[in-house]
Amino acid sequence: MKNNFRIAILFTLVTTAFFGLAYPLGVTGLAQLLFPSQSNGSLLMKEGRVIGSKLIGQSFSSPGYFHSRPSSAGTGYDASQSSGSNLGPTNRQLLDRVKSDGEKLHAESPGAPIPVDLVTASGSGLDPEISPAAAEFQVPRVAKERGINEAEVRALVQKHALGRQFGFLGEPRVRVLELNLDLDATHPRK
Amino acid sequence: MTANGWFQILFFLLVIFLVTKPLGVFMARVFNREKTFLDPFLRPVEKLVYRVTAVDEQHEMCWTEYTTAMLLFSGVSMTLLYLIERLQKWLPFNPQKLPNVEPGLAFGTAASFTTNTNWQSYVPETTMSYLTQMMGLAYHNFVSAAVGIVLAIVVTRGIARRETEKLGNFWVDTTRCLLWVLLPMCLVGSLIFVSQGVVQNFKPYTAAQLLDPQTVQVTGADGKTTTRTVTQQVIAQGPVASQEVIKEFGTNGGGFFNANSSHPFENPTPFSNFFELVLIFAIPSGLTYTLGRVTGSPRHGWAVWGAMAFLFLAAVSAAYWAESRGNPQFQDYVDQHASAMQSGGNLEGKEVRFGTASSALFATVTTDASCGAVNGMHDSFTPLGGMVPLINIMLGEAVFGGVGAGLYGMFVFIVLSVFIAGLMVGRTPEYLGKKIESYDVKMAMLAVLILTFTILGFSAFAVVEPFGTAGITNPGPHGLSQILYAYVSSAGNNGSAFAGINANTMWYNTSTAVAQLLGRFFMIIPIMAIAGSLARKKTVPESAGSFPVTGALFSTLLVSTILIVGALTFFPALSLGPILEHLLMMAGKSF
Repeated sequence: MKNNFRIAILFTLVTTAFFGLAYPLGVTGLAQLLFPSQSNGSLLMKEGRVIGSKLIGQSFSSPGYFHSRPSSAGTGYDASQSSGSNLGPTNRQLLDRVKSDGEKLHAESPGAPIPVDLVTASGSGLDPEISPAAAEFQVPRVAKERGINEAEVRALVQKHALGRQFGFLGEPRVRVLELNLDLDATHPRK
Repeated sequence: MTANGWFQILFFLLVIFLVTKPLGVFMARVFNREKTFLDPFLRPVEKLVYRVTAVDEQHEMCWTEYTTAMLLFSGVSMTLLYLIERLQKWLPFNPQKLPNVEPGLAFGTAASFTTNTNWQSYVPETTMSYLTQMMGLAYHNFVSAAVGIVLAIVVTRGIARRETEKLGNFWVDTTRCLLWVLLPMCLVGSLIFVSQGVVQNFKPYTAAQLLDPQTVQVTGADGKTTTRTVTQQVIAQGPVASQEVIKEFGTNGGGFFNANSSHPFENPTPFSNFFELVLIFAIPSGLTYTLGRVTGSPRHGWAVWGAMAFLFLAAVSAAYWAESRGNPQFQDYVDQHASAMQSGGNLEGKEVRFGTASSALFATVTTDASCGAVNGMHDSFTPLGGMVPLINIMLGEAVFGGVGAGLYGMFVFIVLSVFIAGLMVGRTPEYLGKKIESYDVKMAMLAVLILTFTILGFSAFAVVEPFGTAGITNPGPHGLSQILYAYVSSAGNNGSAFAGINANTMWYNTSTAVAQLLGRFFMIIPIMAIAGSLARKKTVPESAGSFPVTGALFSTLLVSTILIVGALTFFPALSLGPILEHLLMMAGKSF
């Protein structure tokens, strides 16, 4: 018992030094060497300033941009407070939020069904992507707002669309921030 | 539901099937101290560890000494974690200058990570420094996993050895597990994660200029609403990949970020998601083969695997079906159908890149195993979809289960199955040549009852007391599910949550910590007692009257035992929570 107690203390210290310090530091060194962009957050730069990460969504509300999904992270897409809404399926707060967001979108393009991802918040609150259906839903608005034809906008959406990985993993999707950056670069708003 | 969704699920099971034997053989060799290809690198490190810690590697322990050593190690390392949390303000690797963790939360978190639960009632990115994450939390991801695995190995030794008290050396087994089983995969795996976009750095959080500045309403502490313009996004960083890999491989589940594996920096792509799923099931699945090999009956190992695979498929089918149907209370113009353009279904709390199929699969895998990582918010699942994780944990997480914990949890059900079969044919039950006697069955029942007692006892208390119901954030029957889930997850050492529950209070931090400690250690002690008792027995030769523990008949009996025990215990609670909520949801009720 006494012997094992002494071993427990020494063993804790030795393994902490190894697995708690040496291991993560070693992995950091290798990661920074092999994948410098990814290990630092896949950051996007413009004129020397960080303007976001490929992998982290942002809020968009101007009609000329593609909009991201609703978010419960902080005040919306707060990347230091990731969170889902955690509202249950029969919670009135959820149903009211879906109803009010849905009505706005419904008024925007009356006949079109609203893709469900546009009225539901993601688990992280930082979802960088929307479904191709959600992008298609927004094409007419963005095209009208920027005074360009829909085919051009669709072509840009295609450019930022990601298929299933290796053809079968996950779901098809569109990266919103990069799409909007590209829109600004190719079709600046007057 | 889509054909592609089903294909992903079946392909996943195929990969798990394929890794089972190689990994099982490897682990058997490691713990038998046979040669492996890693010896030239690791043997010198191993010897160094024994020299520094004064471990005698030839010494073998009886079950009580083994258990004592395990408890001492858990106690000491838990204390160190508590101290790191309480002192993080003055320690290095804290670029965000986060303050020390509050005592109640620090204790709850220390218990949670020591017991392989990883229940988190805090937002990590604003609570835990980088040092606490890697030296406190990720460290416990390694050692609590290793402890679970070596205990399962002791159970297999108890069955295989005869007329002995000796079951191995806790320090030697743990060291070999850390170095041979966990470390190599973590080194490779963390780099695979980084290649997909998981971050690994020690930078302060990055401030990004927003493309489209937002006007938001903020409600202050005084209840007044003010309007604010947000022009910046602060992006949390950290040494994530090195923790992500052991979080899954050791079935720990504690997220580096609040949103866990739904956060794009923890789980950026469908492939990283698939890799996480494989990591969660790899060791538990491999251990079934180790069991078969060590006890000389590989077919028994496969019979156990078969029972697990059946229960897994049943659960994932139910979850995928429920989530694909979506929420019937959304307006008609909200399109929830699956098509080539969208996954459809209930996407509240789910990421677009995973959709319903990968999210339902993840929820099933993480609760079949005692992992508790989530890639979608279980609280926002449909009532029946959310009931699947709940039931999985209630069944003792014996379906593949936590690393080691799954196998020794399943062992309890095996003992009960053999006992029931013995009663039916009127013979003394035998298991792989060992007679199962009243002491063994009593200990197995004790393990079952401790879990039940902890879950239902604490839940019953919390639903009638104001400090318990204060945590509810989803009213109606869902509130009961939230509380039930908290204690199911704690006692089962899972760590996932119906995360809306407001659990960062003195009551929840303390009561869930006690549930976690009971669910871990009071489960382990009776199981170790059985292992010790089996090792002492003689082996009786197999005869025509022995009940076979291989083949479909045994798998069926095992599945039935698990379902009967689980259903009898938890059906009343489930009918008042998720089942009632489902019926009310279909009837158009909301709360």
